Amino acid sequence: MLYINCPHCGMRSQNEFSYGGDASVKRPELNKEVSDQEWDDFVYNRKSLRGKHLELWQHISGCRQWIKVERDTATHEIFRTFKADEEVA
Amino acid sequence: MTQTFRIENVGLVNRDKKLSFKFNGKTYYGYEGDTLASALLANGVHLVGRSFKYHRPRGFFGAGVDEPYAIVQLFRNGETEPNIKATEQELFEGLEAKSVNCWPSVNFDIGAINNFLKIFLPAGFYYKTFMWPKSFWYRIYEPFIRKAAGLGVASTKHDKERYEHKYEYCDLLIAGSGPSGLSSAYAAAKNGAKVILAEDKPRFGGSLLTSDVNIGNQSGKDWAEGIIADLKSMPNVVVKNRSQIFGYYDHNMLVMSEKVSDHLPKTRKYHPNKRLWYIRAKEVLISSGSIERPIVFGNNDTPGVMLSSAAKEYLKVYGVLVGKKPLVFTNNDSGYETAIEFKKHGVDPLVLDSRKNPVSEIIDEAKNLGIHIKNSYVVVAAKGYKKVKSADIASISDDKKQLGKIENIQCDCICVSGFWTPTIHLASQSGNKTKFKEEIDAFVPGQSKQNEITLGAANGVFSLEETLKTSFKTGGELSKKITQKNSEVVVPNVVEKKSSKHDKFWCVPLPKGKNYKRFLDFQNDVAVSDIEIALREGYRSIEHVKRYTTLGMATDQGKTSNLNGLQLVSEIENKVVPAVGHTTFRPPYTPVSIGAIVGREVGKHSKPTRKSPMHSWHEKNNAVFVDAGVWLRPRYYKRGNENLFEGSKREAKNVRMNVGVCDVTTLGKIDVKGPDAAELLNRVYTNSWLKLPVGKARYGVMLREDGIVMDDGTTTRISENHYHMTTTTAQAANVLSHLEYYLQLIWPELNVNVVSTTEQWAGAAIAGPKSRDLLQKLFPNTDVSNEGLPFMGYTEGDLFGVKARIFRISFSGELAYEVNVESDYGNFMWEKIMEVGEEFQIQPYGTEALSTLRIEMGHVAGSELDGRTIPYDNALEGLVSKKKDFIGKRSLQRSAFISENRQRIVGVVPIDKKTSIPEGSHLVKDDKAPLPNPKLGHISASCWSVEYDNPFSLAILKDGKNMIGQKLFAMSPLKNKVIPVEIVSSHYVDPKGERVRS
Repeated sequence: MLYINCPHCGMRSQNEFSYGGDASVKRPELNKEVSDQEWDDFVYNRKSLRGKHLELWQHISGCRQWIKVERDTATHEIFRTFKADEEVA
Repeated sequence: MTQTFRIENVGLVNRDKKLSFKFNGKTYYGYEGDTLASALLANGVHLVGRSFKYHRPRGFFGAGVDEPYAIVQLFRNGETEPNIKATEQELFEGLEAKSVNCWPSVNFDIGAINNFLKIFLPAGFYYKTFMWPKSFWYRIYEPFIRKAAGLGVASTKHDKERYEHKYEYCDLLIAGSGPSGLSSAYAAAKNGAKVILAEDKPRFGGSLLTSDVNIGNQSGKDWAEGIIADLKSMPNVVVKNRSQIFGYYDHNMLVMSEKVSDHLPKTRKYHPNKRLWYIRAKEVLISSGSIERPIVFGNNDTPGVMLSSAAKEYLKVYGVLVGKKPLVFTNNDSGYETAIEFKKHGVDPLVLDSRKNPVSEIIDEAKNLGIHIKNSYVVVAAKGYKKVKSADIASISDDKKQLGKIENIQCDCICVSGFWTPTIHLASQSGNKTKFKEEIDAFVPGQSKQNEITLGAANGVFSLEETLKTSFKTGGELSKKITQKNSEVVVPNVVEKKSSKHDKFWCVPLPKGKNYKRFLDFQNDVAVSDIEIALREGYRSIEHVKRYTTLGMATDQGKTSNLNGLQLVSEIENKVVPAVGHTTFRPPYTPVSIGAIVGREVGKHSKPTRKSPMHSWHEKNNAVFVDAGVWLRPRYYKRGNENLFEGSKREAKNVRMNVGVCDVTTLGKIDVKGPDAAELLNRVYTNSWLKLPVGKARYGVMLREDGIVMDDGTTTRISENHYHMTTTTAQAANVLSHLEYYLQLIWPELNVNVVSTTEQWAGAAIAGPKSRDLLQKLFPNTDVSNEGLPFMGYTEGDLFGVKARIFRISFSGELAYEVNVESDYGNFMWEKIMEVGEEFQIQPYGTEALSTLRIEMGHVAGSELDGRTIPYDNALEGLVSKKKDFIGKRSLQRSAFISENRQRIVGVVPIDKKTSIPEGSHLVKDDKAPLPNPKLGHISASCWSVEYDNPFSLAILKDGKNMIGQKLFAMSPLKNKVIPVEIVSSHYVDPKGERVRS
């Protein structure tokens, strides 16, 4: 079970969180013309990376905040975690 | 029979407490502190089971977790548990056990005929022998194999035992209480670290219980006892025996199974049977020791052949002789230690050492005691069927290829030592890439992956002095990092005998003209010849060889067989062992009861049960409940002998004729507040929300980004910046997360707060033509007329002194209202509605009537919003705004979603107007068409229309728009039904929606 550092609450076990997918995906702005390809990339196309991956988790049984977690998908190592509005450098 | 193999005054069992037990129906006696294995051996019982494939007689091979043979069916307190290792099961008064995998009895087993048919059962025999003819597999081969193979029998009764889960955190978790575990725990504890020390056996001390060493002028055993007593007295230390750490998971989470009650005749009141510990440790010290490995020789599975360390343990811990004429066969000094113990207790052993001329202190001691030793000698084959009677032995050439003249010597047991295999399972599970250590012919942990360090024999270090030194140091240093304390702990003096190098020898060649089975994996009956076949047939990867031969795949997971298997593969392949590599170690290290894994989450406790504030009223009024997600909801209120069909029909009819009341507390409710609340709703829902006035409700549909309908419900504008959103019962949690996702991540600029208020409000739906009259009586001071409170209107009222919210919304399609009060007043509200409603012939109605009402109205619910449909499919496209953007809008342009013959909701009526259509039935054009019959749609929901008194269903049908009036067939192969049907409008009752506005 992963041990995730919630930027709001501290170290918590994985069973307090729910997974939210790739955090690098940017939603196209509202009311903007979007090509089929762009929209498909946003809705469906994911890289399924092996290695370092920035992903979303929600601390669903804690502070209910969505957070960003930088995790290695092969080793499960977690490098850094960010608040929802934090820029990932 | 008395315990003829027990010696006086030796061992750690309690001689004052004699226990009786039964094995295969026969009564025996043992002592408190025995295992079932030691007690049976004390009684001279060596035959305990039959092997998996050939049904060969099997006895005891080890003395603990590594045991491959002695698996029994245990009976305890009216319950039975399969596949218990006799070497781990502690004896208690009245214990009963039986052999497994034999029929009719362990002494006369019909399956043993396989032993003579073994030519037909080689490696991979499943894949070869039983492939033809194909149809025989299910009818003949599989049932036969299932009966003949397999181990114990699981109980089919409900397990009355209780299992607990516990979550724990610590600075240092130490696996194993041998010399390294004890010293590192002691050093860490002295520095104030929070330590958990786990030992799988009942007694602490590991190898110190049996080895002849001296620590700090005490025997190893006494030193261990002193350390354990000290540790137990410290508040920062948890010391657990009978506790096996079986899994090392991510981020230093380890799981341990504690046997709380297995050693007792009966679980004590308020105690669990087992406790599963989830431990998050800052640092993990693996001091799991090592397991002796066998040397492979002919018939090495005969009862009486066992590990020399096991023989020593039976003697030193339990005071039991495994034989009175022992033969010790060794390639290292450990065999001598066992021989010395035999000799000291009046039994003359013969030692066969494969080495030519070994010299060491231990061997000198053996010689001084007058033990007979033959060098460059090996056991060629054990003789005897149900018990070792003699052994064929021979000298062996220096290159270990040629055997000398074979002699037969009498013996009643063969104690074998092929050196030691470090127990690296936990380290490997942590992700540590193990490495091969040439000097010990075994794998040891490599670079640490997580915060884990392996110490002592588990790390391939067999010198006690070195082990203590490193363990004290490691325990001290790791804890110092955490606690910043540095207590000086003096490493005690160690006196141990130096040993000589082991012989790189692990398998005795077959003598000319003999074809003895030489077993590698004793539990799965994998012999040397099976590996040879696999390699001959082209299997190369050790993972493939394992699966093809089943080497190491039994419940002991190859603890005594893996390395010898690797040696064999590397020898035949002419590779070095590290190049062959080893198979992956996966948790659990040893079998864990399913009950322990499940814990308390069984039956009703498998999920939480949520009840509405009116639950007790429903109970008192004969509600029959149904699980709706985690909620318990009344399905119908039973009157007399009514069944579900009759009851729900009565309730639904009463709604159409008079008035009914339904508990709708379970609906999800979310408070949406803030200046940008309307903007959020406008982006979340498909329809427009910017102009909804205060005091009005609106029905809305929300989509996922892929255009699929996620949820629907009404949202009411309570005040300027305050909306009350409702969701379906099932989606309540998802919708909240969905809103939070967009507010926190996508549109953080929106000034809105959302919070679940599902549990804050109790809800009652009042529906039926008389509902307004009832409402007026409930709220005499509120204008609830059609003008005062029109359809989709909202007002607040005073319900006999309780503040209530009144929504004019309808799911039933009748004139209807929903009244909400604070949860604490829910029951009060309900009772008032029933009391005042009496004159209007009010009846409560449950979910079944609720479904009937919405189905015949063509209102969609979860069975249509099933994660596969878009608004159009549900005839909701009128709610999709063309002017504004919203979540999922762009997806609605996908070609499949705008296709001309897109699926759409329709109504379905059986032609005979009698036969109910099973939900899930497929709609087809031609019921006689050959399979696969093209499916046009499926029945999503069925009811008995109370309006027309005939069956009615909803369906999602391809090109549904143009199918009205068509005749199709509803086919349910599950129920074996073919029903001719007619497609009609989904709005079966009141298609213009006049009633809700009346």
